[in-house]
Amino acid sequence: MPDALRLVLVIAAKDIRAELRSRTALLSAVVFAALVLVVFNFARDPTALSATDLAPSVLWVTFALAAMVAMNRAFTIEREHGALDGLLLAPVPRGALFGGKLLANLAFVGTVEAVTLPLFVLFFNVDLSAALPGIVGVTALATIGFVSVGTIFSAMAVRTRFAELMLPVLLLPFMVPPLIGAVQVTSRLLAGRPLSEMLGWLRLLALYDVVFVTLCTMAFSAVVDE
Amino acid sequence: MTSDAAVRALTRRGLGISLAAFVGLAAVYVLAIGYTPVEARQGVAQKIFYLHVPAAWSALMAFALVGITSALYLWLHDPRLDRFAAASAEVGVAFSAVMLTTGPIWAKPIWGTWWTWDARLTLTLFLFFLFIGYLALRASLHDPAERARFSAVVGILGMLLVPFIHLSVYLFRTLHPQPVVLKPSAPSLPPEMLRTLLVSMAVFTLLYVGLVTLRYGLGMAEDAREEATDAG
Repeated sequence: MPDALRLVLVIAAKDIRAELRSRTALLSAVVFAALVLVVFNFARDPTALSATDLAPSVLWVTFALAAMVAMNRAFTIEREHGALDGLLLAPVPRGALFGGKLLANLAFVGTVEAVTLPLFVLFFNVDLSAALPGIVGVTALATIGFVSVGTIFSAMAVRTRFAELMLPVLLLPFMVPPLIGAVQVTSRLLAGRPLSEMLGWLRLLALYDVVFVTLCTMAFSAVVDE
Repeated sequence: MTSDAAVRALTRRGLGISLAAFVGLAAVYVLAIGYTPVEARQGVAQKIFYLHVPAAWSALMAFALVGITSALYLWLHDPRLDRFAAASAEVGVAFSAVMLTTGPIWAKPIWGTWWTWDARLTLTLFLFFLFIGYLALRASLHDPAERARFSAVVGILGMLLVPFIHLSVYLFRTLHPQPVVLKPSAPSLPPEMLRTLLVSMAVFTLLYVGLVTLRYGLGMAEDAREEATDAG
């Protein structure tokens, strides 16, 4: 296994292990996502708007908000006891460090999404059976892009005075393209439309992932190295 | 002190250019009201065009220059580039505020709605948000080097986000056509209108140069003060 990839996995494993030992952040993020779903249910008029019409938007707004809450965690844990300084002193290329952080964040956000999805089916009575593989795929595609931007932004936001506020303000504009694409693809999947109608959006999502994962990996050293 | 003198010279120059631009702006008003003909279909509402389009031009130029200087900063690490990017972002936010307020004022009588999620509108709105975030980030960081690095990263990522927002909003719109006709297909302008527009564009460019110069001078003064307080 190439060295860089091994380092990525080591750093990601460190984050995941730390998270699994306390579980507080993961639990809070999952509860937060469930609460957003509940609030959504009461924010709609059931006589005017059917649950299926609203489903893609509900799902993606919930994912976006939960991801934002979850990503705040990535660098706040590194801030305590100077953990980030220790990490930076280790002979790890910055690209690999970013990769590890990204992977841990993806695992974290992915877990939250994986728990949210069945809750969403439960609360909104949406039939996902046929569309499930597609929805998992588009969720992965959209999540990789905005989590990679979120990872680099959360590294910056922890250095500011209002980290919890700074991350959403910076990140939300960057979530717009993946969110629009994901909602469009999800609603077509739920309506059972053919793949050709989603291809344009899927290409856009994939392009976003390639551009921003590359760019964030390259720019990461400018964020952490003095 | 020489830096003091440099700051004073720069802010004075910025102020001079801005004042000249404001005089030019008054001339644009005179031209727009007295010289250009009243547009046949839109009536007097069309006159806002002479402010809206040049403001949009200045705002987009400001943001493009933030992106370019951000990229250059990460390469060259010259604090002047960072100071310029900060000045340009602030002035750009001011121009986009003009663009985003004059737009709806025109749109209400012409389109019948204050706002529509047209690709261009959405894009400029997000540019505005992006640079508000950029300035908020700057304001909440103290270390000048860190502030410069962070904001350069946001500047570059923001520049690359623009085509994605444009593409996704465009795709969104084309797949869901709306009944309202959004924009008359670029009408060829009568020479009076075109001349006034060009004058106004020049005036707004001058205003941009003046305000950025002024803000750059203030940035120098701020940096000098920060250094002085850090030194004790």
